[in-house]
Amino acid sequence: MLKIEHLKKRYKTGPWVLKDISFEVPDGEIVGLIGPSGAGKSTMIRCVNRLIDPSEGNIQLDGVNLSNLSSSKVREQRRHIGMIFQEYALVERLSVMENVLSGRLGYLPFWRSFLRRYPEKDIDNAFEYLDRVGLIDHANKRADELSGGQRQRVGIARALAQDPRLLLVDEPTASLDPKTSRQIMRLIQSICREKSLSAIINIHDVPLAMQFVDRIIGLQGGEVVFDGKPDELTEDVLTRIYGDEDWTDVKAEDDDLGIDQENDQESEEAA
Amino acid sequence: MRTWERPHYLVPDKRWRIALWIAFFLYLIVGIGSIEVNWLRVYEGLERGGRFVEGFLNPNFTRRAADIYSGIYESLTMTVTSTVVGILLSIPFGMGAARNISPKPIYLFCRSFIAVSRSMQEVIVAIFLVALFGFGAFAGFLTLTYATIGFLGKLLAEEIEEIDKKQLEAIASTGASWLQRMHIAIWPQVMPRMIGLSFYRFDINFRESAVIGIVGAGGIGATLNTSIDRYEYDSAGAVLILIILIVLACEYLSGWIRKWVS
Amino acid sequence: MGELEQKLVWESHTKRKAWIVWGFWFAITLLTIYCWVEMNEDTIWFFVYDAPVQAADLIDRMFPPEWLYINKLYKALWDTLNIATLGTLLGVILAFPVAFLAARNTTPSTKFVRPVALFIIASSRSINSLIWALLLVTILGPGILAGIIAIGLRSIGFVAKLLYESIEEINTTSVEAIESTGASRFQTINYAIIPQILPAFLGIMIFRWDINIRESTILGLVGAGGIGLFLSSSMNILAWPQVTLIILVILATVIVSEYLSAKVRRLLI
Repeated sequence: MLKIEHLKKRYKTGPWVLKDISFEVPDGEIVGLIGPSGAGKSTMIRCVNRLIDPSEGNIQLDGVNLSNLSSSKVREQRRHIGMIFQEYALVERLSVMENVLSGRLGYLPFWRSFLRRYPEKDIDNAFEYLDRVGLIDHANKRADELSGGQRQRVGIARALAQDPRLLLVDEPTASLDPKTSRQIMRLIQSICREKSLSAIINIHDVPLAMQFVDRIIGLQGGEVVFDGKPDELTEDVLTRIYGDEDWTDVKAEDDDLGIDQENDQESEEAA
Repeated sequence: MRTWERPHYLVPDKRWRIALWIAFFLYLIVGIGSIEVNWLRVYEGLERGGRFVEGFLNPNFTRRAADIYSGIYESLTMTVTSTVVGILLSIPFGMGAARNISPKPIYLFCRSFIAVSRSMQEVIVAIFLVALFGFGAFAGFLTLTYATIGFLGKLLAEEIEEIDKKQLEAIASTGASWLQRMHIAIWPQVMPRMIGLSFYRFDINFRESAVIGIVGAGGIGATLNTSIDRYEYDSAGAVLILIILIVLACEYLSGWIRKWVS
Repeated sequence: MGELEQKLVWESHTKRKAWIVWGFWFAITLLTIYCWVEMNEDTIWFFVYDAPVQAADLIDRMFPPEWLYINKLYKALWDTLNIATLGTLLGVILAFPVAFLAARNTTPSTKFVRPVALFIIASSRSINSLIWALLLVTILGPGILAGIIAIGLRSIGFVAKLLYESIEEINTTSVEAIESTGASRFQTINYAIIPQILPAFLGIMIFRWDINIRESTILGLVGAGGIGLFLSSSMNILAWPQVTLIILVILATVIVSEYLSAKVRRLLI
């Protein structure tokens, strides 16, 4: 169970990126975080695993308060939180298997990871996850030999290798074509169901979100403006989240082509 | 239960990898074994090493102030003249050494001139030029000019060989003369990079001017050599710090000018 | 009207720029002339005019080279190779941590550690290996150990500078991803940073080795071992045919090392 209370964030003396955010995610629930560029979605999930330090507020995962841990304790907690990235964020010059096993780094002492002496159980599990995402034959390829969709699958396997209690997913489909996007979302959904994992998914593609998540939180200007079931997401609500023109554009394009040209803007926001 | 071993992409075959490591360690053993060290001498030297560190941290600019001043001054004048003359001369040599625009005999001559200049250390060249032209800055000037021609000439030749052939042909087809073609088609394409490289070479020439003084070719090297020979490490430290500061200033200045040019 | 005005403004702007450019060239010309005059204050022009005659005389004495002298040079060549190779290894080992301390994205502190690392790099880059050798020979005594350390000290700055630039250019999201698995600082370096910089690192190392071969040929002039020792002793006794041969051997060594390093670097990329 993830519990976020009065989370606030500002960068140095800049404006508040997150203004007083509170919500809870029960085990097994998949939450879609939607909102326009600059709404603070990326900052939001990076606060959870402390890639970004929150300015105020509490974040509790299974009773442990993450927001004020020392850096060594943060590492200990991070290993329970799997993260999947927009640009896959694999280490391209390492093999697929090393990328998956890197999910175990938080559990191993330096010398073992340096010599690639992983426990047999880790290796067995890694093979199992690779099998689960359909890449068992690619284990010893270099990550840069794979296609975009395959790389994202490796990213998923890496997150699974952490044996996580929570998945943070940052724009998993922004760099993928529509068909692969759906496959990736379906994969994330079914994995969360199997392991009754909770997940927070940043996603700009509203129809895709509605199809695969249990609950949607709409962020606008660093505030929660909607929190409810996907089917409660009416046009009114979307206008509140995206403003007048934006969301209709998004929806129209998606209906026609399934291709979202906002991708580039979104990735800029993430950067 | 499956096993996994990290794949190696550079040398995939394990036997080769092991053989290469063994060769490497054998070399290390033999190589390090070939170092003859007189430990007693090293032990005696440690005290001097300590004094050098001390001198470097606590430099003495005053004892040899006159020598240091005239040495740095000479180094700088040598650097300026040799860089300017070297750049001017590297243009004909560089163009002559570009395969696509010069006739074969000229190409071969310029290429070999550049190749020899690049393979010869400045110090060796300086020794010869001192023998011919006498001690002093003039021999140093010639040395640095010669080295500059080799350095810039090669890069210029490569730049020219890489430029867009179509542009060259387009301008040739308008009936432009050889000089016009050079001016219009080639110069604009290679100019920006050459300016940057010229500043870089200025920097190198200054550093080298400190070295060739050791063999009598003028500049700060002579002062440095004397103070080290007499174990005056605080004066040597002062010279080294001046060299470092001037090199840093050159780098800063060239970065600033390059930004300004572009 | 607006168009005309714009044109006028544009012209005056380019005119001003043209003046600056001309002023720049004029200043350089003046500076060069001034430096030329100052530099040649002590030049004895008689020697300069006489140089062609001296050159002809010298060439006459230098040829033919004393080919058989090569038999005495093998050991010196081996020493030269060792100075360059071991010196490169030493420099690389020392440069590696310095580069990580100097790179903006890996340094523990931009305020204190980074300036120190940058100062180490600048000092090492500004001072030629021959000067380091000169110093080390007075400290450690003559021999190849001084040469190795001189080459090592000079290589630190070169390798660390290129290396820290490539560290600053790495893909940061991979680093973020590895950090988010709970990896420690060293694990992150090992898994996310080193794989990304490894090709650049090997290239830089081989490039520096090539330069070091060149530099180690002359370290003997100040007593730091290698073939330069023979060069200076032959020159001291005015044995010019030997000098010719030594210079030919140095040229050959430099060309072979350049060929080898180019070949290996192409193999790696």
